[in-house]
Amino acid sequence: MGKKVLMKGNEAVAEAAILAGCRHYFAYPITPQSELIEYMAKKMPLVGGTFLQAESEVAAINMVLGAAACGVRVMTSSSSPGISLKQEGISYIAASRLPAVIVNVSRGGPGLGNIAPMQCDYFQATRGGGHGDYYTPVLSPSTVQEFADMAPLAFEIAERYLTPVLILGDGMLGQMMEPVEFPDSYPPQLDPSSWALGARRTPDDRHIINSLFIDPYVLKEKTEILFEVYDEIKKNEIRYETYNMDSNAKTLVVAHGTAARVAKSAVDALKEEGVEVALIRPITLWPYPYDAVAEAAKGKDKVITIELNMGQMVEDVKLAVCGECPVDFIGKAGGVVFTPEEIVSLIREKIS
Amino acid sequence: MATIRILCAGFGGQGALLIGKLVAEAGMAEGKHVTWLPSYGPEMRGGTANVMVVVSDKPVGSPIFSKLDVLVALNQPSLDKFAPDTKDGGIIITNSDLCGEPANADKVKLSPVPLTKIAEEIGNVKAANMVGVGALLALTNCVARKSVEDYLSGMMKEKNPALLDTNLLAIEKGAAYVA
Amino acid sequence: MTVVKGRTKGLTDTRLTYCPGCLHGVAHRIIGESMEELGIIEKTIGIAPVGCSVFAYNFFNCDVIQVPHGRAPAVATGMRRARPDRIVFTYQGDGDLAAIGTAETIHAANRNENITMFFVNNATYGMTGGQMAPTTLPNMKATTAPYGRDIEDTGYPMRLCEILSQLEMTNYIERVSLLSPKDILKAKKAVKKALQYNMEGKGLSFVEMISTCPTNWGMDPLKAREWARESMLPVFPLGVFKDRAADEAKAKEAK
Repeated sequence: MGKKVLMKGNEAVAEAAILAGCRHYFAYPITPQSELIEYMAKKMPLVGGTFLQAESEVAAINMVLGAAACGVRVMTSSSSPGISLKQEGISYIAASRLPAVIVNVSRGGPGLGNIAPMQCDYFQATRGGGHGDYYTPVLSPSTVQEFADMAPLAFEIAERYLTPVLILGDGMLGQMMEPVEFPDSYPPQLDPSSWALGARRTPDDRHIINSLFIDPYVLKEKTEILFEVYDEIKKNEIRYETYNMDSNAKTLVVAHGTAARVAKSAVDALKEEGVEVALIRPITLWPYPYDAVAEAAKGKDKVITIELNMGQMVEDVKLAVCGECPVDFIGKAGGVVFTPEEIVSLIREKIS
Repeated sequence: MATIRILCAGFGGQGALLIGKLVAEAGMAEGKHVTWLPSYGPEMRGGTANVMVVVSDKPVGSPIFSKLDVLVALNQPSLDKFAPDTKDGGIIITNSDLCGEPANADKVKLSPVPLTKIAEEIGNVKAANMVGVGALLALTNCVARKSVEDYLSGMMKEKNPALLDTNLLAIEKGAAYVA
Repeated sequence: MTVVKGRTKGLTDTRLTYCPGCLHGVAHRIIGESMEELGIIEKTIGIAPVGCSVFAYNFFNCDVIQVPHGRAPAVATGMRRARPDRIVFTYQGDGDLAAIGTAETIHAANRNENITMFFVNNATYGMTGGQMAPTTLPNMKATTAPYGRDIEDTGYPMRLCEILSQLEMTNYIERVSLLSPKDILKAKKAVKKALQYNMEGKGLSFVEMISTCPTNWGMDPLKAREWARESMLPVFPLGVFKDRAADEAKAKEAK
């Protein structure tokens, strides 16, 4: 590991992507991800990479589609409204079975919303997001270090399963600084020459990348293959963290990303007051750790989901818990981030 | 010190965010856990710019907090806004050239420091925030003064040694004033 | 038996799926022949749009990707940046290039991306069934302009060559037609020149081909060509709108 440096999440994820060998980045400016695009603008030319400010989010994701089709590590980033615009391209990338990394430094919505940190893109992120029958793996960091670590991880998953991968951060993780360490080595890129365009090995080895399958039976078969890949991803890539699970807690908190950080502080504070609360933090939001959440909820009197929105992940928690115990919800809209003190009193209210 | 939560605020351009950054950098160099979270967006223009810094022996959960251990207020609006959030028994450092007394002055350890005047005396009014850093370090021991000085030296020794000297002097003056 | 003239190696040995009398086949052939003659089939990547030519990936014998409606120039940008050693071309119709993809078209052109854009203009949306295109002529009927295009309501046909040649950096812009053997020979020259500029790294080369749509126009192929000559060419005049590389070479010679 290298030396610790104090960095913003936006910069750390960009630096990690470059260290991981990403040499192509296309994006359009939007707050609160500006430091990311600016970091790339500064650094890419210094490492012989491509930085291009696209004319729109739509163009940016299609530039990603083109570069990904040529078999290079490529990334784009944006924030919520821009990610909506990228969904068309993400659907094509998923259907065309291409690896690419998309970062959403999410903000308040709907509409233009605001630039405060929010988790209101959970549904969009975890349910495919664009048109059609597909998913994208979604990684949810809760520290700047994790944000950085997820860049190489996202490329690895993208290449292993030939899928776009989404890193779902938020404005707080993007803007805050924390110490980060970058590893000395990164996973090498998997050889794309069996499918990439421009990688013709013999005169007859013509490569076609396509998402049009006009015959319903062919599209059916292609989609089934896609879902076999998703089964593999579910088998191998589910990630989560548990906290204070060994206590005799009767309450389980489920939270991800920024909300999980604040919830963790609340769990500590409650412990000091003699109240035990366990916490599970999904790290992959798709595939969702349903089994782990169900396991963690076993024997609990109550499960409380905490989100920076009006209740999105809580639906997955309910699916996981499956009626075994009541599932409650604490949320806040508008990009107003909870303080641990607020969470403490809200949890107290819910369990009294 | 287990965990200390500091909020620095002022007009945009007064260098409140830099005060926080120096504390965070020094804390990291000492092997502590730190977070630095700026307010961003519309508030950056006019109004107050502020930064929340946490320095802790343990991993930092929330970088956001509603009760401050320490407030560094570089102007009156910042003091008005954040003084009520300061814990009873907490520390409030104000730029006494621009701030009056907060309503909760009797409940906190108030440290009015003429940051602007001291900076002017050493010949660079822009170093007022560095005088504040000196006061902050002397009053809280959140990080060692040497860690901040080392960081500044590393950043400026080559590029701008004259400004480095001014900054180090400002820190010293700030610390001396509250001693 | 000696084969005097066979199918170009630039195209696959696949039966085209276009309507009888459609000129896409001609456009495909001259691009395929040009790739073969330039010896670049194996290092070329084609981009198929959404529209009648969405199936072009079955026909061009180079690597091909099929992309979202109108986004071909953006995809081409990503490709060419990833593989500067490859020849990248887009093949797009009027709805794709001049309606939904206007922003991508104009900005790729403005960056003078080193790509070639082939623009087949037949003044209609062919695949979806004859709806109004940005290039539909004044008073021309379309399924979404059943009383004829009212230019006061929907604007005048967009002339892409004229628009793109206004952009400072674009390299080569020419409008040709596919309406007669003589026109086709001229078109072939333009296509080849466009690909050659691409190989030389001269930047954006754009060839618009005036074509027909007998099916949606409700005409037989010959009548369609005649109509296109009479009605389209006055609105879309043929010619070289810009040839920066040639102009620069000429200027150098003059010195």
